[in-house]
Amino acid sequence: MDLGPHAAFIWASYGAFVLILALLVGWIWLDGRRQARALADADRRGGRRRSSGAAEGSP
Amino acid sequence: MSGFLALLRRDLMLAVREGSALGTALGFYLMVVAMLPLGLGPDLKLLSRIAPGVLWIALLLAALLSLPRMFEADHEDGSLEVMATAPLPLELAVAAKALAHWISTGIPLALMAPILGLMLNLELALTPALVATMLAGTPAVSFLGSIGAALTLKARRGGLLLALLVLPLYVPTLIFGISTIGFASVGQDGFAASLLVLMAVSVASIAVAPVAAAAALRLQVS
Amino acid sequence: MSPMQTLTQRLANPTRFMAFSGAILPWMAVASALLIAYAMYLVFFVAPPDYQQGETVKIMYIHVPSAWLALGGYAIIALSSFGLLVFRHPLADVSAKAAAPIGAAFTLAALITGALWGKPMWGTYWVWDARLTSMLMLFFLYLGLIALRSSLEDEALASKLTAVLALVGVSILPIIKFSVDWWNTLHQPSTGFTSSVDASMRTPLLISAAGFLLLFIALHLKAMQNEIMRRRVKAMRVAEVERGDRLMSAGAE
Repeated sequence: MDLGPHAAFIWASYGAFVLILALLVGWIWLDGRRQARALADADRRGGRRRSSGAAEGSP
Repeated sequence: MSGFLALLRRDLMLAVREGSALGTALGFYLMVVAMLPLGLGPDLKLLSRIAPGVLWIALLLAALLSLPRMFEADHEDGSLEVMATAPLPLELAVAAKALAHWISTGIPLALMAPILGLMLNLELALTPALVATMLAGTPAVSFLGSIGAALTLKARRGGLLLALLVLPLYVPTLIFGISTIGFASVGQDGFAASLLVLMAVSVASIAVAPVAAAAALRLQVS
Repeated sequence: MSPMQTLTQRLANPTRFMAFSGAILPWMAVASALLIAYAMYLVFFVAPPDYQQGETVKIMYIHVPSAWLALGGYAIIALSSFGLLVFRHPLADVSAKAAAPIGAAFTLAALITGALWGKPMWGTYWVWDARLTSMLMLFFLYLGLIALRSSLEDEALASKLTAVLALVGVSILPIIKFSVDWWNTLHQPSTGFTSSVDASMRTPLLISAAGFLLLFIALHLKAMQNEIMRRRVKAMRVAEVERGDRLMSAGAE
């Protein structure tokens, strides 16, 4: 595809754009996974405590 | 009204007694302007062309140095809480403090500018225009600065953060300040109009900033 | 009541919001991907080169939507801030916090693509034209919001102070834009290229804009979900520590 004499700028722009979006989407998606895992963890711990009833010791 | 004036007088007296704050700001102003030719080279023609811009920007930076202090001391000794619950509306209290800042810091900086202009080979004919724009623009610096000071009262690295928050707010003042001087040097008609816009920006800041700053302060004074 | 009000009211409950957003997110993601793909096809295989700029006009198809979304993102933050301070809407702060990095990213994209567009057009990478300079100021406003929020430990306080800052920013943004525009006409007799977009270019541009708008909304919803989860985890951890403290002090007696 001939993009003319300034092809490098066009590719660089699209490249930078894709990179920024990829980082953004990646970060939000990874953060989502991290939070979901932490939530599941906290859910589990809270459930265990409630069902065991006794003090589960010190931190 | 009397509450407003009392607060204004109190802040001015505190500023006078604690002259070091103003001294630091003026000293910083002097040093930044002095460093510039060292960084750019002693070409007098170049310096004279950029002098208005340099003087304005250095003034903004020097003012930024003094802004964190606006509410700090009162916050630390509890007077801010008193001001928040006093009969005088907090907005007016903020306005009084910002006005005191302008009188005690803004005006001195503005008056010092032409002296520093000598170091930059500023055209002497531009001195009246320079001082006029700075006196017209520095109220905005103090009042918009009060918003930054209020928002960063409890923040970590408050001083640095204040600069980051407040510099974009200064863009209209800076642009119209420089342009007014520019019109004066070329002798075009735009001078009066540009100066009026600059004053309008200041007036708008005086009207609006205390509202925002007071809102921010109320959230932090339990 | 207006449909918008009832919608925001119904979504005020975080659990309901999670369910609602969870349901529509996959559709938004797919729709956005399709639109973006179609737009890129149009851009690279259908749209003609510009009369004056040649092929470099292709950068417009990502620069302009980025700029629009940069502004749109700030509008979302301003609206959310208003919703927080005036209506105390429970999800307003979540919305504002989630939108900031996304808006900042599109602003950065607009700046970089704008600079890369400027070089073949005007010869230098950074041009102080009105548009780019205003975009740069907008970027600083975004940075300020993010920096202020991260510098305060008290999350509730941070949310309200950031809201005040956002409203200050949105008020001064038109003035900044006006002053930068005016400054630019003083110093640069209009070097602006044609601001009217030819019909053959308008369609790909609008489709591209629509695709990236859907992407923005999808990312915003997902980021809001993340934030809601994060707050839930934090609350549960606090509750857990309190339970542990209570049990410990009970055991000590």
